[in-house]
Amino acid sequence: MNPQRRKFLTDSLKTVCGVGVVALGLGLLSRQSRALPATAIRPPGALPEEDFLGACIRCGLCVRDCPYDTLRLSRPGEAVALGTPYFVARDIPCEMCEDIPCVKACPTGALKPDLTRIDNARMGLAVVIDQESCIAFRGLRCEVCFNICPVRGKAISLEYQHNARSGKHARFIPIVHSDACTGCGKCEKSCVLDEAAIKVLPLHLAKGLLGRHYRLGWEEKAKAGGSLVTPDAQHSYNLPEGMSYEHGGAGLIMDKGEGATPFQDDPLRTLNSRRLP
Amino acid sequence: MATRDGYPGREAVRLKGWLGAHKWFLLRRLTQLVVLILFLLGPWFGLWLIKGSMASSEILDRIPLTDPYVLLQMWLTGHWPATSGLLGAAIVLLAYWLLGGRAYCSWVCPINMVTDAAEWLRLRLGVKGGASLSRGLRYWLLGATLIVALVTGTLAWELLNPVSMVFRGLIFGMGLAWGMVIAIFLLDVFISRRAWCGHICPVGAFYSLIGFGSLLRVSAVNRDRCDDCMDCFAVCPEQQVIRPALKGTPQGRSPLILSGNCTNCGRCIDLCARDVFRFSTRIQHQAAHLGLEKREVLP
Repeated sequence: MNPQRRKFLTDSLKTVCGVGVVALGLGLLSRQSRALPATAIRPPGALPEEDFLGACIRCGLCVRDCPYDTLRLSRPGEAVALGTPYFVARDIPCEMCEDIPCVKACPTGALKPDLTRIDNARMGLAVVIDQESCIAFRGLRCEVCFNICPVRGKAISLEYQHNARSGKHARFIPIVHSDACTGCGKCEKSCVLDEAAIKVLPLHLAKGLLGRHYRLGWEEKAKAGGSLVTPDAQHSYNLPEGMSYEHGGAGLIMDKGEGATPFQDDPLRTLNSRRLP
Repeated sequence: MATRDGYPGREAVRLKGWLGAHKWFLLRRLTQLVVLILFLLGPWFGLWLIKGSMASSEILDRIPLTDPYVLLQMWLTGHWPATSGLLGAAIVLLAYWLLGGRAYCSWVCPINMVTDAAEWLRLRLGVKGGASLSRGLRYWLLGATLIVALVTGTLAWELLNPVSMVFRGLIFGMGLAWGMVIAIFLLDVFISRRAWCGHICPVGAFYSLIGFGSLLRVSAVNRDRCDDCMDCFAVCPEQQVIRPALKGTPQGRSPLILSGNCTNCGRCIDLCARDVFRFSTRIQHQAAHLGLEKREVLP
C-alpha cells in the first residue's frame, strides 16, 4: 500500500475511533442525565421527561420570565440534566401565575403551549409522605397545607377521623386528590415541620396504575345499566317443610307457626334449658 | 512560527501604531464584551434589553434569536420547535450568512477570549508542538453530536458543550463551568495549538458550514504587495484558509478568503504591515473573478 494512502487510512481510523469513543461517552452521559432527582420539579406544561430532554434547548427564557424566581437552570455539577429548568418546592414553590409566562416564553414547545389554564398543570403530585410525623395524624389541628393550597378544597381535602388516643376528638387528615393537584409545591413549602411531611413528587413516582385489564364490577354494572352476568339459576334446597330460601338477600325463611322450628327464638334460652331438643 | 522579528505583528505596530495594528482586535473584544454585558444588564440591573442565553434569546421581548445548531439537534431528537424558535433560527442563519458563519466564533463566543488568551500565552512561553489534531476532527464530532441526538432522543451534546455551558454560566451562574474554561485554556496552551476552536469545537464546525456561502469575507485584495513576512499566517487561528487567497494569483484564484472556516476576526488585516487584507464581500469580487473558486477541501 502506498505510504500516503496508509497514513490517510490510519489517521482517519484514529479520528473515527476517537470520535466514536466521545459519542459513546455522550450517549452514556445522556442516559445518566435522565435520572431526574425526585425533588426537582419541572415547570408547568413540561413534556414527559424523556421528550423534555430532547425538546428543551436550555436557553433559560422560562427562568427569566418567572416573576417569583422559582425556576432555575441546572448548573454543572448538579444532578439535574445540565442547563434545564426546574424548581425545588421546599425552596421556592410555583405561584401558579394565571398567564403562565414561563410557558409563553418557551421557544421550542418543551413547555407545551396548549397549557392555557394553570389549574390544568401537572408538575407533580403532592403526597402526604410521612404520616408518622404529620401532626394532623397525631390529632393536632394544623391544616396549613389544606389552607395554603391554591386550588383550596379540591386538591387537598380534610377527612375527619376518630381520634382513638383521646377517644373524644377528631383528627383532620389531609387527603390529596390527583384530579386537582397541580404539583405547585406550596403545601410542601408551607409544611410546618422541620422536614416536610407532605412532598411534591414527580407523577411517575407518586402515582400507582391499576392493571389495564381490571374492571370494577359496580362501575361496569352502572355503565351497562344492569348486571352484566346471567343471574344464578334458582337453586332448590332440600329443606324441611315450612322452610324456604330466598336468593334476593333474605336467606333462610321459616314459616311462622307452632312447631316450625325445634329452636327457640332466643338461642341462649335453648342453651340454658340444658335440654337438648 | 517563523516571523521576521519575534512575535507576529511587530512590524505592523511599528508602521501603523499599536492602535492601527489592533483596530479589529479591539472592536472584536468590545463586541464580545458588549454582547455579554447586554445579557447581564437584565439580571444585574433589571434592564431587560435582551434575555435568555446563546441557545435562544429575545430582544426587547419581541425579536427571537435561536441557535440553529441546537435547534437542528432538537429536531433530530424528534421534536418540532414552536414558531418563535424557528423564526429565531432563521434570523440567526440570515445574520451569519451575511456576516460570515464563524463570525460567531470570533465576535460573539465567550470561549474565543479564553483560547485567544491561551494562544497568547503559548506564544510567550514558547510552547512548541504537542498533539497533532486534524482540522476535520470537528466535522466528525459535529456528525457524532447529531447522531447521538438522533439515537438517544436527548440533547446529549448540551450536557457537555463548553460554548453554551460557559455563556449560560456567566448569565445564570457558573457552578463548575470554570473547570471547563480552565480545561480548554490548558488544552490550547500545552496540548495543541488552537486545539479547541480550530480543531475540535462542533459548534464552530456547524457555523463554518453557513460560512461557506456567506457574504462578508476577508480579501487579500492587495496580495501583490505581500512580502512573505508570514505574520498573517502566524496569527491566523485557521491558517489553512489564507494561502489559496493570498498565493492564488498563478492559479487565477480570487483574493477572497472563501473557506467557511475563516472566522472574519480581522487579525490578518490588523497585523499586515502592508495592508494586503481588508474586509470585502463576495459580490464585489464576483464581477472580477467569474471563475468558480476551488474551495478548501475538508480532510
